[in-house]
Amino acid sequence: MGRYVLRRLLQAIPVLLGTTFLIFAIVYALPGDPLQALAGEKRVDPVFAAAMREQFHLNEPLIVRYGYYLRDIVSGDFGTTFRGLPVSTIFEGKFQVTLKLALTAVIFEGIIGIGLGLWAALRRGRWEDKAVLAVTLLMVSIPTLVSGFVLQLMLGVKLKLATGIDFFPVAGVQDGVRSYLLPGFVLAMVSIAYLTRLTRTSLMETLRADYVRTAIAKGMPRRRVLGRHALRNSLIPMVTYLGADLGTLMGGAVITETIFNLPGIGQQLFLSVYLRENPVVVGIVTVLVLIYIVANLVVDLLYAVLDPRIRYE
Amino acid sequence: MSNDTLPATAPAQPTGPAKGKRPASLWSDAWYDLRRNPVFIIGAAMITLFIAVSAFPGLFDTVGVDSSTCDLAVARKGISPQHWFGTDNLGCDVYSRVIHGARVSIIVGIVSAAVTGVVGGALGLLAGFYGRWVDVLLSRVAEIFFAIPSILGALLILAVIGRDNAGITSVVFALALLAWPMILRIMRAAVITAKHQDYVMAARALGAGPGRIMLRHILPNAVAPVIVVSTINLGAFIAAEAALSFLGVGIQSPQISWGLMIADARNRFVEAPLPLLFPALFLSLTILSVVMLGDAVRDALDPKLR
Repeated sequence: MGRYVLRRLLQAIPVLLGTTFLIFAIVYALPGDPLQALAGEKRVDPVFAAAMREQFHLNEPLIVRYGYYLRDIVSGDFGTTFRGLPVSTIFEGKFQVTLKLALTAVIFEGIIGIGLGLWAALRRGRWEDKAVLAVTLLMVSIPTLVSGFVLQLMLGVKLKLATGIDFFPVAGVQDGVRSYLLPGFVLAMVSIAYLTRLTRTSLMETLRADYVRTAIAKGMPRRRVLGRHALRNSLIPMVTYLGADLGTLMGGAVITETIFNLPGIGQQLFLSVYLRENPVVVGIVTVLVLIYIVANLVVDLLYAVLDPRIRYE
Repeated sequence: MSNDTLPATAPAQPTGPAKGKRPASLWSDAWYDLRRNPVFIIGAAMITLFIAVSAFPGLFDTVGVDSSTCDLAVARKGISPQHWFGTDNLGCDVYSRVIHGARVSIIVGIVSAAVTGVVGGALGLLAGFYGRWVDVLLSRVAEIFFAIPSILGALLILAVIGRDNAGITSVVFALALLAWPMILRIMRAAVITAKHQDYVMAARALGAGPGRIMLRHILPNAVAPVIVVSTINLGAFIAAEAALSFLGVGIQSPQISWGLMIADARNRFVEAPLPLLFPALFLSLTILSVVMLGDAVRDALDPKLR
């Protein structure tokens, strides 16, 4: 097990290096002089420009600048924007918002997705199963962009006007957990549908397995057969999906955060792309990619816990 | 997924396509299933309509989308005989704009899916067939691209390209650049399975070269999962284009895109929801038709899932 963890960690290193370099290269391929962009129409003082170029290594070749950047990141320093603000200060508080949003989404996903999938698999071929399939088909088809605005209008505005129930805040995070409910559900919607279908298919396969038939034949209670034998053995694809999705959701949060005006990392990323705050952009994407890779790693390691048949080495 | 697994079920259905002259191939079997699947028929009919609208928007619009047709005096008005879907913030006809917005969605979706399918498929074929260093190289490069969440990556690339050069081509480029590794993985796995089949050995023994083996023997038996995933991706690309245009890095005004219409209507959304809801509805309907198509194609091409 320890050797497997080590091997997986070593395998993650080239991916991380390659990905960060790719992002770095894309961002610094931006045409135009970033200093001139900072100064707008005004002429840049050559002495100041030379000092800035020196400080930000703008005269060095791309690969050397990447080396500097990597050295700083390893020591926890995400650099400084051209305005002189440390990038880590900009990160403060923003990742928590996005992480809370993504976790709310994953919780919705897990409860609704697995629940609905289980229900459909147990009622295979009946109208309940067909209804679940139809509903998930619709959910997959409605992009976050649409579900976000529609639910914001219906639950945040119309419901309040019609009944006086003011349960779903339309924007911001000042209402604590409640602020995350609606955006979290919106972010999760498409994934809920995928997870429902995955659970249904996976469970239907295990329900047909010999050991499930044996368990039923020897008179084991239905609940126990389901939990101990069927569900546990079909958990692997579900956990894989959920784990990989946490990373995807943090990336996809940019739309949800824009619609619901949540001060998270997605909103910051969007802002920084416009302001051309390259260190911030590279920093955010690097951290998000890191989260994505670690989430996948954790999922891989969870396999051994869920299925004792899987042995590493 | 190879041909030789199918005849086991085909002769058991006397009404199936097997009663023809030729034994049922995966493709004729799939086509037989598709023609009888209501999900496929509805999805295909809807997507045909959307393609017709995007090819000839002039046939469907009522007012046109020329700036001369907009009238600030009737801005944000509701549904009326002149304006079927009401008017937007600038007094332009929402119905005509929705009709003209179909083109971007359809083109971006189809071209991105095709480019991704061809590039990812070709590289996956090479990686799976040659193995060794070709596989190692291609798979590692794919892994690097795969680790970047697609909306984030596309946002970055489009920001680099700049708003002045943004358009359908740059959106397709950004989406395809990040999506090909998924196809590569699927194709590679299918090719590795097909590579060890007896008919490939036979072809090799008869002296067929690597090109012929790949294109005539392996490709037809490994392409089915790629087609399934590409169809499903099509819907994701359409959604991604709307999202990127909404964020301001995709399609730019005066071109019309549903994502852009949603962004424009956003500020006055609560008092005038129609200019936002109609493009949103058509965006969802387009994705729905593609998803229905993808579902039906998957059921037909992947008998294991039945």
